[in-house]
Amino acid sequence: MVVLPSGATTGTVIDKVSFAVDAGRTTGLIGESGSGKTMSAMSIVGLLPPGAETAGRVSWRSEELLTAAARRIRQVRGREIGVIFQDPLAALNPIQTIGRQVGEILRRGGKSRQQVRARVLELLERVGIPDPHQRIDVYPHEMSGGMRQRVMIAMALAGEPQLIIADEPTTALDVTTQARILQLLADLREQEDLAMLLVSHDLRVMAHVADDVVVMYAGRVAERGPAREVLEHPRHPYTRALANNVPAVSTKSAIAEPLQGAPANPFDRPTGCAFHPRCPMAQDRCRTEVPVLREVERGRFSACHFATEVAS
Amino acid sequence: MTWRREGGAVSPHVLEIRDLRVAFPGPRRSLRAARTIVQAVAGVDLDIRARETLALVGESGSGKSTVARCVLGLVRPQEGTITYEGRALGPIDKRPAELQRAIQMVFQDPGSSLNPRMTVSAIIREAWNVHPAVAPKGDRRQALAEVLADVGLDAGVAGRRPSALSGGQRQRVSIARALALRPRLLVCDEAVSALDVSVQSQILRLLVDLQRTHDLAILFITHDLAVVRQIADRVAVMKRGELVECTTAEQLFTAPAHPYTRGLLSAAHDLEGTRAEFEHTQEQVS
Ligand SMILES: Nc1ncnc2c1ncn2[C@@H]1O[C@H](COP(=O)(O)OP(=O)(O)OP(=O)(O)O)[C@@H](O)[C@H]1O
Ligand SMILES: Nc1ncnc2c1ncn2[C@@H]1O[C@H](COP(=O)(O)OP(=O)(O)OP(=O)(O)O)[C@@H](O)[C@H]1O
Ligand code: SF4
Ligand SMILES: [Mg+2]
Ligand SMILES: [Mg+2]
Repeated sequence: MVVLPSGATTGTVIDKVSFAVDAGRTTGLIGESGSGKTMSAMSIVGLLPPGAETAGRVSWRSEELLTAAARRIRQVRGREIGVIFQDPLAALNPIQTIGRQVGEILRRGGKSRQQVRARVLELLERVGIPDPHQRIDVYPHEMSGGMRQRVMIAMALAGEPQLIIADEPTTALDVTTQARILQLLADLREQEDLAMLLVSHDLRVMAHVADDVVVMYAGRVAERGPAREVLEHPRHPYTRALANNVPAVSTKSAIAEPLQGAPANPFDRPTGCAFHPRCPMAQDRCRTEVPVLREVERGRFSACHFATEVAS
Repeated sequence: MTWRREGGAVSPHVLEIRDLRVAFPGPRRSLRAARTIVQAVAGVDLDIRARETLALVGESGSGKSTVARCVLGLVRPQEGTITYEGRALGPIDKRPAELQRAIQMVFQDPGSSLNPRMTVSAIIREAWNVHPAVAPKGDRRQALAEVLADVGLDAGVAGRRPSALSGGQRQRVSIARALALRPRLLVCDEAVSALDVSVQSQILRLLVDLQRTHDLAILFITHDLAVVRQIADRVAVMKRGELVECTTAEQLFTAPAHPYTRGLLSAAHDLEGTRAEFEHTQEQVS
């Protein structure tokens, strides 16, 4: 649980969210903008806004991280858990060359200058930066948006982590570059048993790479289960609304009907089921009773009172 | 292919870009060597008509954002001209206030384009203070709530700074700021790329509406071909600083002419294919 201050009030931005990521597997986080995906992911590595209060557990290979010392978390971050941030320009240091930033963790590992440089070039090459020899000494603002995004990916891979938290890693990449990055991550997963927590709003990417998905709405888990089952046969009306509206490339589709009503505000969450003001299936019970996340089918969890009636 | 008739009759184009070239100083090959040159844009011609959506797609690093920044006057071209309704456009600080307002941009990195020290409310009110002619008279608080609601933001975010917003919320604040000035030409650089489908469709509908009611012209930069197919009238494809193809959306998706465009389309279909193939196997199972 994460509680954030906002002016005079506080809000439980993340409310009883739980999920697991296993070695060699990818767990996807999807959900409405502002639903708490970044916050859930960043709470794993202690990157929460100042003033945030937390409760619950974050267990990393049976070590408790939520209450771990700041020093230990810094050690874990980068070396054991790599992080790809959603906004690369904000996450990169504007006055350091990208070579220096990608090599940072390697230098701390005691490698020589030449070794670091060679490894950085190799990483830049792997993430598909054209002419890495020419790019290694430039500053973030001298790169295009998609290149900065790939620099972030190279940085996250530099420490050879066992888990990667990737927050919208391919949002600004053209489809060919995107395919290349997804393939790279898939290879690492196979060869190095890398685990990945992938945040993405792109359901096509999710269906392609995630093994399991967690669907969030207003800071809570709406639904959870094997990725393709969840996306093809949703057991929650919110997931259904998302999955039915993926625009196609192969045919010209009309712009989808957006959900009616305002998005939920975690500082002022609707009573009962947070989705009820927008849910086409809502009943009286939904306005008063918070649905708990329960197993509705083997391996399929849904937080809807009428989960079994959701037709895809 | 310009429509300008001999004798200087009015052109139907809102924006005309002619032979645009932009070079940046590149890195040095060695300490002593002179700086190399990055030719980010290498001779681009583009037209946008009133009420039209022109999508600009292409490889990462091909120069899309640089073209957009030239239109806004944030980057000085090496060569070429950009005209808006027949008037030549110079650097942003040399443009008359009216032109500064008429052309708005939603930047690719929303975090860095919003002033981190200002609240959302101050960011939007400041835009109105700079351009009082379009500022809503009377109750600005109400007007503010409306522009936020238009982009799917709760009025509760008005008092927060950008750092206290999610990535997609920041993206929507920068869309709201641009639209609050009632532009005639809107340049969107990956403006809906980090939004879930529902919020994304709300914003796309808003843009299409404004296009009809306010004659808005849109230059829409995106990597998302499905969105291009939904909203673009025409599509320009860039590769290494040059346009390789510029045609109607219909033509591009049904009969792409350039091999690079065909490559892009097939990569997009592949990603979609995994889903279709899965749906197929699901049907067989059930
Ligand atoms: N520093 C902060 N103070 C108060 N509220 C915050 C702060 N940072 C984020 N929030 C709020 O917490 C909620 C969750 O934010 P989060 O960044 O996790 O969303 P998200 O699901 O990643 O959305 P997006 O898809 O737009 O990136 C949002 O409603 C956001 O406005
Ligand atoms: N300020 C700058 N200084 C030096 N080089 C720059 C600068 N801005 C852009 N470039 C270079 O110009 C080229 C085009 O960049 P641009 O940002 O226009 O690409 P883009 O098509 O928008 O790519 P993306 O899809 O990744 O955002 C790139 O090689 C980039 O590194
Ligand atoms: S609990 Fe009720 S309101 Fe919530 S998703 Fe299910 S049907 Fe809709
Ligand atoms: Mg986020
Ligand atoms: Mg760009």
